Amino acid sequence: MRKAVALLLAVGLLLALAGCAQKAEQPAPAPAPAAQQPPPEPERPVVKVGTEAAYPPFEWVDEKTGELKGFDMDLIRAIAEEAGFKADIRNMAWDGLIPALLAKEIDIIISGMTITDERALAVTFSDPYFKSGQVIMSHKDAGIKGPDDLAGKNVSVQVNTTGQYAMEKLNEKFKGEGKKLVNIKKFKSTPDAINEVKVGGAVACVIDLPVAAEHMKANPGDPFVIGEPINVEYLGMAMRKEDTELHAKVNRALAALKASGKYDELYAQYFGK
Amino acid sequence: MSLDWQVVERYFPFLVGGAWLTLRLTVVTTALGTIIGLFAAIARLSRFKIFSWPAAAYVDFFRGTPLLAQIMLIHFGLPQLFGYKPNMVVDAIAALSINCGAYVTEIFRAGIQSIERGQTEAALSLGMTPAQAMRYVILPQAFRRVLPPLGNEFIAMLKDSSMVSIISMEELLFRGMISAGRSFRPFPIWITVSLLYLAMTLPFTRLVSWMEIKLKREHRPEGR
Repeated sequence: MRKAVALLLAVGLLLALAGCAQKAEQPAPAPAPAAQQPPPEPERPVVKVGTEAAYPPFEWVDEKTGELKGFDMDLIRAIAEEAGFKADIRNMAWDGLIPALLAKEIDIIISGMTITDERALAVTFSDPYFKSGQVIMSHKDAGIKGPDDLAGKNVSVQVNTTGQYAMEKLNEKFKGEGKKLVNIKKFKSTPDAINEVKVGGAVACVIDLPVAAEHMKANPGDPFVIGEPINVEYLGMAMRKEDTELHAKVNRALAALKASGKYDELYAQYFGK
Repeated sequence: MSLDWQVVERYFPFLVGGAWLTLRLTVVTTALGTIIGLFAAIARLSRFKIFSWPAAAYVDFFRGTPLLAQIMLIHFGLPQLFGYKPNMVVDAIAALSINCGAYVTEIFRAGIQSIERGQTEAALSLGMTPAQAMRYVILPQAFRRVLPPLGNEFIAMLKDSSMVSIISMEELLFRGMISAGRSFRPFPIWITVSLLYLAMTLPFTRLVSWMEIKLKREHRPEGR
């Protein structure tokens, strides 16, 4: 009896495997006769783009359609159009973006990523496509007026972002002044860092200005106040150092979009003015 | 691609600090989980539905939902519902212990049920109360049988404790992520993280097998 069961299972497994193999071997649909088709368009190469789509208004997943939306998404699609490639966009974890780029899983990162010296050691950045800055978004009852009020407080950030680095720099300053240090709580996504302030686990979070502004627009009831930007940052698209051709193409396309007014159109759509 | 092992030297103390938190979290949560599991198992086996049903519901919920969802629910969900300030250390320990307790409940239940009914009957016929029979006759024998699965649970917790990184607890895995993200040298960092985990799990697996052998010997006089 037991043998029979084992045999059945083995046969089932084999059939399942065979099924998988067949699927893979299925011939591609035969091309339609050439006469019926318009002259073949030159096949555009596919460029794989990575993003962490939890950062509105730069990128987010539309909860109804599952589509990737946002300023970055529209910009990279426009750049792809301009430069003559197809953008295959993938949603990944923030911390996995640069490793995925270096491992050639993706070819470009566009994810509200600030150009920093540290990152520029590993990747090459496009020309800046956005001017931004970090802001302190604090609970309105916490009485935070500026960075100096954060000494000794819990502050949430997204891990390995310029928000975290800004707080680490602030801590170095506080150390020199003999002040209490900021307790930096690192979260894997920006929404989690914001939630931490909402539930009271931190008095403030440090995030990009447009992201804070978008949060307040989408959640006007949240008890937060946004401070003045504490620095100036430029966002760039990251590519592998050796991909000089792609780098040049992306920069040319970005310049063309800026010249044609398409960039301003997108900017106005997401950030107003 | 150059591997640049110096990066390990630079981040090693940081990673060891994370490993130390992982170890402390695991010890505390498996200890709490074992206590929760022991009582829940006894409750589950009770003849009285007022005890057995809540215990069964507890096991069903915490074994049937992802640990990650439980951590998020405890840290972000409950404070929003009841309006108190969350504490990440308390939340991390609570989520891990409660989750661990659900698995330990099943381990103890199986252990207790594996002791022959005759043992209970013999204890009762000697005039012991059911509680005394459980405490002095069943549990000591059951404990010996559940030791290997309990050891497995400890090792599983050591790895599962990495889930609390989602609420910003900087244990070993999260510190690995921070270091790899900062240095852009994933291989040297992740191999170091893996070896640090192994350095914690290997001695423990050895300890469990040693205890198993020792307990077996002590309780088998005929096997000299």
